[in-house]
Parts: sequence; C-alpha cells; structure tokens
Amino acid sequence: MSASNTPNGGAGRDVAVYVCLLILAAIQFVISYQNISASSMFARMFIVAIIEGALALLFFMHLWENRGLRWFVLIFSIATTLGMQYGWTDSYRQLLGVPWAH
Amino acid sequence: MSQADLSIHGQVSRTAATEVMAAPAFSIPAKKMAMWLFIIADTATFAGCLVAYGFIRNGTPDWPRPFHSITNVAIMTFVLLTSSLTMLMGIRSAQKGEKSGAFRCVMFTALLGAVFALLHIREWLELIDKGVTIFHNPFGTPLFGAAFFSVTGLHLLHVTGGVIALVAVGIRYMGGRYTADDLEVTGLYWHFVDLVWMFVVPLIYLLNMSH
Repeated sequence: MSASNTPNGGAGRDVAVYVCLLILAAIQFVISYQNISASSMFARMFIVAIIEGALALLFFMHLWENRGLRWFVLIFSIATTLGMQYGWTDSYRQLLGVPWAH
Repeated sequence: MSQADLSIHGQVSRTAATEVMAAPAFSIPAKKMAMWLFIIADTATFAGCLVAYGFIRNGTPDWPRPFHSITNVAIMTFVLLTSSLTMLMGIRSAQKGEKSGAFRCVMFTALLGAVFALLHIREWLELIDKGVTIFHNPFGTPLFGAAFFSVTGLHLLHVTGGVIALVAVGIRYMGGRYTADDLEVTGLYWHFVDLVWMFVVPLIYLLNMSH
C-alpha cells in the first residue's frame, strides 16, 4: 500500500474506539432493563446504535480520512433514514388508523 | 517529473504514467470504491429488512418476547466487536509489511467470525427447540419466527461469507498473490457486518426481552 493510502492514527486509537463501542453496546443492554415504554426504549437504543455506527464508519472504515467519500456516505445514510420513516408511519396507520398514533 | 523520466526505451512505463494521472474518484482505489458501492447497496437491503421487521412488530398486537437472557447475545456482540479490532490490527501489520503478523490477525478474525456463527446457530436451535420456526411460533404471532429468522439469517449469511472471504484472502495474501490493499477491502466488508449487528441487536433481541 502506498503511504498516501495508509490510515492515520495508530493502534491506540483503534483500541480506544473499540472500548467506546463496547461501552455503547453495554449501554444498549442497560437500556433494555429500564422500566420505560417500548417506543422510548427503541428511541434510546436507536440513538446509541447510530453513534456506534458513526464511530465504526469514521474510524474502523476510515471515513474520517476521506472527506469526499464521507459526504457521499452521509448523504446516502440520511436519505435511507428518511425513507425508512414511511414504513413506521404506515405501520401505526394500519394498527390505529392514524399515522404516528400512540 | 519530465517526459524523459517517464520514457523507458521509447515507451512510457506503467508506474510513471500512473503518477501523472488524475487521482481516482473520491481519492480511493477502484477496488475499495467497488466495496463501498456494495456496502451502500447492502445497507439498503438491511435497512429494508429492518423496516419490514419494525412494520410487522408495530402492527402486531400479540408480539412475543421470547428472550429471557442477554448472555448469549452479549457474548456474540463482544466476539464480533473484537473481531473488528483484530481485523484492524491485521491491516496495520500488513501496511507495515509484517506478513505473518497480518496473516495471524486475519485468521484470528475468521476464527472469531466462526465462533459468532456457532453461537448464532446455538441461539437458533434453542428457539427451534421451543417450537419457533419460520412458519410457527407457540408464543404468539407466527410472523415473529419469519421476521427473526429472515433478518438474523441474512446477517448470518453475511458473516459466513465474510469468514470464507477472510480465509481465502488471508491465504492468498500470505502466498503473495494479494496485497495489503486487498486485506483492507475485505476488512471494510467485515466492519460493515459488525456495523449491521449494532442495529440488529437492539431491534431484534433487546426490544424482545422478557424481564
């Protein structure tokens, strides 16, 4: 591999990100034991999962070092996430007759 | 670099010509770009599956909560996250030219992937023992079995494919046919499999725990 393609940051950063991911995964497990509604639980776990995913993308998959590709993936991710919302609203509509009903 | 430097016996050498070419799209090599495009397409597949799962779960009043313990899924998560770290270590070793170290790390990553797959199959067998199949579920709606086995099965298929790819690329890297770049491209796929698991765990397992 050429020097220009060698990812920045050392093994220390990899281990730090790995430890962060383990802690975030543990937080998800702790959330599952909280006495809250399923929708609140989902929201909290989903936020943690997005943070985990962002860390993995930026540091494990080296998007941090590639600005152009980072924007490409970010725009696609936002479009996918927004597109997913149609599925959720229609499931509420099927169950309760109104989108986003609780 | 002058034209004279580029010319070898009247022909421009391939290496020198590459140096004067424009950088590839997004400043990454074609193989890596191809893997990113695959990952983006596969993200859409998993997003579609998870949305379908969420749709069914939201729209089904008697959705079961068959999981009583987080131990197995916690171990699986730990194993998969650790495999991502060993993959990174392998790539860094390869970039430093430490061939045997890189090979060992990649093989250890494949081993962790195999352990994950075995733990996953054990989880499946436990559910099948309880009567949950793709068409049947004694705890409530049969849609649970269909959704659970489809989403986790798709992920398990990716893990199995990843293990095979890691072994194949690792052996070819050791034999000198593949380079550190090839290991890095395979690593991208492996990290993606890990990333998907971060969304599968809360949606499929943790939201269906019975405490």
